[in-house]
Amino acid sequence: MIINHPLLGPRDSAEFTYLGDASLIDRPDWQDKRAASKFYEYQYLRDNPAGQHQELWYHEAGDRSWLVVTRNTVTHEITKVELARDVAKARGRSK
Amino acid sequence: MKVTGKNSGRYSALRLVKEALINHRGWKPAWRNPQPKKEYDIVIVGGGGHGLATAHYLASKFNITSVAVIEKGWIGGGNVGRNTTIIRSNYLLDGNEPFYEFSLKLWEGLEQDVNYNAMVSQRGILNLIHTDAQRDAYRRRGNAMMLNGADAELLNAEQVRAECPFLNFDNNRFPIKGGLAQRRGGTVRHDAVAWGYARSADSYGVDIIQNCEVTGFRIRNGKCSGVETSKGFINAKKIGVAVAGNSGKVMSMAGMRLPIESHVLQAFVSEGLKPIIPGVITFGAGHFYVSQSDKGGLVFGGDIDGYNSYAQRGNLPVVEDVCEGGMALMPMIGRARLLRMWGGIMDMSMDGSPIIDRTDIGGLYFNGGWCYGGFKATPGSGWVFAHLLATDKPHRTATALRFDRFQRGYMIDEKGSGAQPNLH
Repeated sequence: MIINHPLLGPRDSAEFTYLGDASLIDRPDWQDKRAASKFYEYQYLRDNPAGQHQELWYHEAGDRSWLVVTRNTVTHEITKVELARDVAKARGRSK
Repeated sequence: MKVTGKNSGRYSALRLVKEALINHRGWKPAWRNPQPKKEYDIVIVGGGGHGLATAHYLASKFNITSVAVIEKGWIGGGNVGRNTTIIRSNYLLDGNEPFYEFSLKLWEGLEQDVNYNAMVSQRGILNLIHTDAQRDAYRRRGNAMMLNGADAELLNAEQVRAECPFLNFDNNRFPIKGGLAQRRGGTVRHDAVAWGYARSADSYGVDIIQNCEVTGFRIRNGKCSGVETSKGFINAKKIGVAVAGNSGKVMSMAGMRLPIESHVLQAFVSEGLKPIIPGVITFGAGHFYVSQSDKGGLVFGGDIDGYNSYAQRGNLPVVEDVCEGGMALMPMIGRARLLRMWGGIMDMSMDGSPIIDRTDIGGLYFNGGWCYGGFKATPGSGWVFAHLLATDKPHRTATALRFDRFQRGYMIDEKGSGAQPNLH
């Protein structure tokens, strides 16, 4: 697979390591009343869809940026690559 | 109760001789091809090894024969036909080892039980040791295995050399210092496992319904009363789902999110060669394992690709990685040409161990999360799942394989890599 890095252009996926579903950006609030069950869901449960999947890739052998890659899990086709920083900011994190 | 193969007759050497005399006109299809009835006591979703084994044990051990196995394709066309056929019970943790040893004991009597030649070959499995720390870890693992009634044998470098002289003992980075052998491990003809269980289950009256896809579960007030399929609605008192690889997809139809990601694992077969590899050998310094099929092909594999996938094919970086492992372990493998390679979809669970449990939905039971170790577990998984479906209580070897272990902090993490499915 070739990941089209927003800053560096097309890179071989072998340069990256994979973390998983991009929902891992949405870390629950530890002060929430339901924090224990929210952290359980955050840490262990996955949608695991067959089709479009937003996921976190880390450019370990490159510029060490975190990316959110939108990829089809049935065809491996990559349709969108964003900096995870931008996605997190858009979701209101790391203000 | 002995399996007689009601429709296809009992298989034996005598039968073969008799059939030879009448030009083999007496053979019948090994199982029927029925249309689904309106109602069953138990419907099993997934006609793979685990689903068919469950049906066999439900009928033969628990006397429940109003059972249907529903399969979207053809039986044995999924992971039971795509694995590398290894059986073993060399696990460390208490939650796992009794279960896998139970399964290995069932393999030993499988062919007599189902009256089908599955070519169970206990040619042994050897895990290689490359460092002193690894020897300590394998000694501990061997002891844990023996405490649970399995066999284990720690070998030094000379003993390994006597059995496998072709390995690269003097690799500068990963010299071979010994190995942990389980002599009762080995290989099995994987398709025959599915066919044998199917034939046996069918002879007890289990309906095996192929080309029938489950499209939904009928759930009211927290109770599941049946499955919607491409051949209409089927009522069932209990529904057991055994669709590892596709668990996420199927259970999402019941509104469930699972502690599972689907990943692709690749496997490889070389051209046929003269017998050279005595059993199953695993490289301890990287992820590579190899055995030789009865046809002579070297069957080998390594890591999963490492990203979510439902495509039954992988990518080239892992092909390179697996072949590098092979070259480091046994350089002669570089002379063999690759004949075939393929991918299968794994239920990678959050701790690397399976789940066989009730769900929060009444009447709906789940069997999955097998990571890339499902094949060896087939008989045990079938028996244990049948036990759960028939009695509503977990089998004594499967009390730890529960859904809620993640929430309660009782993970069975053999590798100690945490909730990171692609590292298990």
